[in-house]
Amino acid sequence: MNRFPLWKNAIIAIALLLGLLYTLPNFFGHSYAVQVSPLGASAKPDQALRGQVAAALLAAQVPALGTSLEVDSVRVRFASPDDQLKARDLLDRTLNPEGRAPGYVVALNLVANAPAWLGAVGAEPMYLGLDLAGGVHFLLQVDMKAALNKRVDGTLTEVRSQLRDARVFYSGVSRDGNKVVVRFHDGEQRDAARKLLDRNFADFAFTDQGSGEDLAITGSLRPEAYKGIQDAALKQNILALRNRVNELGAKEPIIQQQGEDRIVVELPGVQDTAKAKDIIGRTASLEIRLADDEHPAPTSASEPPPFGDELVTERNGIPVFVKKQVVLTGEVITDAAAGFDSQSGRPNVNISMDAKGARVIKQVSRENLKKRMAILLIEKTKTEAISVATIQDELGARFQITGLASPVEANDLALLLRAGALAAPMEFIEERTVGPSLGAENISRGFHSTWIGFTAISVFMAVYYMLFGFISVVALATNVLFLVGLLSLLQATLTLPGMAGIALTVGMAIDANVLINERIREEIRGGNSPGASIHAGYDRAFATILDSNVTTAIAGIALFAFGSGPIKGFAVVLVLGIATSMFSSVLVSRALVNLIYGSRRKIAKLSIGNTNWREEGVGL
Amino acid sequence: MEFFRIRKDIPFMSWGRYTTAISLVTFVLAVFFLVTRGLNLSVDFTGGTVMEVSYGNAADLQKVRAALGELGFAEANVTNFGTSRDVLIRLPVRKDLAGARLSDQVMAKLGTVDPTATKRRVEFVGPQVGDELVTDGLLALLVVSLGIVAYLSIRFKWRPAVATILANLHDVVIILGFFALFQWEFSLPVLAAVLAILGYSVNESVVVFDRVRENFRKMRGAAVTRVIDNAITRTMSRTIITHGCTQLMVTSMLFFGGEALHYFALALTIGIIFGIYSSVLVACPIAMWLGMNRDDFVHVEKKQEVVEEGA
Repeated sequence: MNRFPLWKNAIIAIALLLGLLYTLPNFFGHSYAVQVSPLGASAKPDQALRGQVAAALLAAQVPALGTSLEVDSVRVRFASPDDQLKARDLLDRTLNPEGRAPGYVVALNLVANAPAWLGAVGAEPMYLGLDLAGGVHFLLQVDMKAALNKRVDGTLTEVRSQLRDARVFYSGVSRDGNKVVVRFHDGEQRDAARKLLDRNFADFAFTDQGSGEDLAITGSLRPEAYKGIQDAALKQNILALRNRVNELGAKEPIIQQQGEDRIVVELPGVQDTAKAKDIIGRTASLEIRLADDEHPAPTSASEPPPFGDELVTERNGIPVFVKKQVVLTGEVITDAAAGFDSQSGRPNVNISMDAKGARVIKQVSRENLKKRMAILLIEKTKTEAISVATIQDELGARFQITGLASPVEANDLALLLRAGALAAPMEFIEERTVGPSLGAENISRGFHSTWIGFTAISVFMAVYYMLFGFISVVALATNVLFLVGLLSLLQATLTLPGMAGIALTVGMAIDANVLINERIREEIRGGNSPGASIHAGYDRAFATILDSNVTTAIAGIALFAFGSGPIKGFAVVLVLGIATSMFSSVLVSRALVNLIYGSRRKIAKLSIGNTNWREEGVGL
Repeated sequence: MEFFRIRKDIPFMSWGRYTTAISLVTFVLAVFFLVTRGLNLSVDFTGGTVMEVSYGNAADLQKVRAALGELGFAEANVTNFGTSRDVLIRLPVRKDLAGARLSDQVMAKLGTVDPTATKRRVEFVGPQVGDELVTDGLLALLVVSLGIVAYLSIRFKWRPAVATILANLHDVVIILGFFALFQWEFSLPVLAAVLAILGYSVNESVVVFDRVRENFRKMRGAAVTRVIDNAITRTMSRTIITHGCTQLMVTSMLFFGGEALHYFALALTIGIIFGIYSSVLVACPIAMWLGMNRDDFVHVEKKQEVVEEGA
């Protein structure tokens, strides 16, 4: 009656082993590291770089625990965050001397201390959330209106050129909110235009309007197209952010979509939030346009531009007229790298474009040889020409901008080109920064409070329920093991609310064992034999345990659905904790009870506390 | 060892009048404080900036205030946090300033006044996020309540289900009432604690009603009040011990978990204490007044037996 079949015991044993294996890496903790990785796709770290790093640290007397050569970086470990910060600044100064283009990214990192064989079987420690590891969290709101505006403006240009190419005569193309309005004087032209528009602009729904001489076609954006624009803008911005964050030198950053129009950026270990905000918040987008060479150059920044032009200033403050018509936007630029021109030896920037960009730039450059082309950086309030250069030749998918004053300028321009391509501007709507010392404090507090609470519960249970209490405590400990193992296996991010969730799970999971133990006591009081009492106790308590866990699970799932950030972490722990506690409190504790009592032929008495009294007035 | 050797059923149901009166009074008081004082909502919900700054020596709050005043933040709230060296600065949302840049400006300014000032924590929440979190929080509460009612209705029919959720929502209001009365900060983790405790306290009623069902089967012919009294008495030991254990853990968090977990643990503590009381002594009388009887359990019970035999 109180014996588990072999397979059940085997499952429990295997689960315990797996739990232990996956929990293990967390015990080794993390150490503070600095990673040095060479910039550029072809550059690989080597022993020479490792030697250079070690020598620099030795010379400055910054104590390092050890250096290692990784696939894409040289990694140095330190005992304290202070040493780590010192080393980062030192290495950055040494490897990237001022006045030269930076050749290395020097980044802070937390490195797991777990031995390599654990990593080989996929057992890795949990990620530490920003509230534990220190770092900065941003939530950015993407300005979808701007993305939409851009799209409608682009469509206007496209409609004009297609109608012109098809020799359809229209009297005007204009914009009315998010609608495209094309006006005509006669019905025949309108019908021809309607056919063309319906065929080529599937994102818009067109309707005919007006009568007599005053005819029009109005096109409004379809809802599904609107969604497409949103998605594309968000993806583009995430990509641009990824590039920017890489420039920032943060290792293992998290950049994710949240909701329809938001992006989360988490930078572990980054403390210089002002710099991070400068780089991330550079809400700039790029546009390539032609400069106006027909009109005389403006003499001051306040001169009114000719019709169809816009006045912008170059980085050195010189004003220039550029056409309003956009040739290309920044998303066609796939890469930009600073280098030196092979003939003149002067600094330049090599630009690569995708197929669409290459097609357009080829045509435009052929038609506008020896004219000037401007690359504009458009920030929220101002437009700046980051490059105005004469087209020397027909351009292709790869071309270069020359005539740059210094390697620093080339580097800046390349960076702006690479990372500047946002599809729509963004705004910071949330920031959470946690300093490294507070993070470490949070870890130790979270850990200690859980440990103290666990000990208190253990002592109480063992005193109150004796052997059965002890078994409950062992089951509770395995519950923590399973929970932490599962979280590590899922590579969940551990946050302070997550730690609170583990503590609370421990506090609540004991309920199942209390229910079981109380039930067994009651069965014995009711005159059942010890063996039958164990059996009935577990059996009858199970329905109640299931019930009570379901309601907590409902709360956990709702928290997950509606919670944000750290609260989600809490919810995940709560729900997983319910699953593991069901397993450990029912199966693991039963297996232990069976091991102790199951093999005895006759059980004289259970060690579950005094049950030698009778209830009265129970209508049995 | 055994704390509860109750040989006779305790006539809880005959106290129903008093327990309900107590509940009503605390409930009305909680609502009163919520209305008159309101919740001290954290930056999560209101939007704004909170900064925790640590100094080398005891911080001079006057100087900090003066520095902030120079930046144009006369309305800044500056208090000590934990120790005399730690300062908590709260800045409200300002329409004319890009909120995200604000913390850097403040830190730069504080650094010029006292170079030992180091940033421990910054939280900036834009107003649009705050509004959403309020909506999401209320939605979560609604979904949890409906989910629990739905589950309990399947399990026990509607009378015990409604009684249970009423009793537990009354706990939620009381927790909120405490937070309003003492003006404790109501943050996202506190909200999480409230929802978690809602799910957890319901367990209590589930255990009691489970026993009520069992008793209806065993104690044929017994009055409903007797059935309930017996169910509560027999589960009391488990109730107190379970909650006691959970509270041991929560107390540990309350005292050793640091500032970050303090209010989270406080909300749990109030929830656990009132949960014991209300999920038993409020839920049962309400269920009785709703007219709970044998029929609420018999149908489900039959189904249950079929399942058990089949298993």
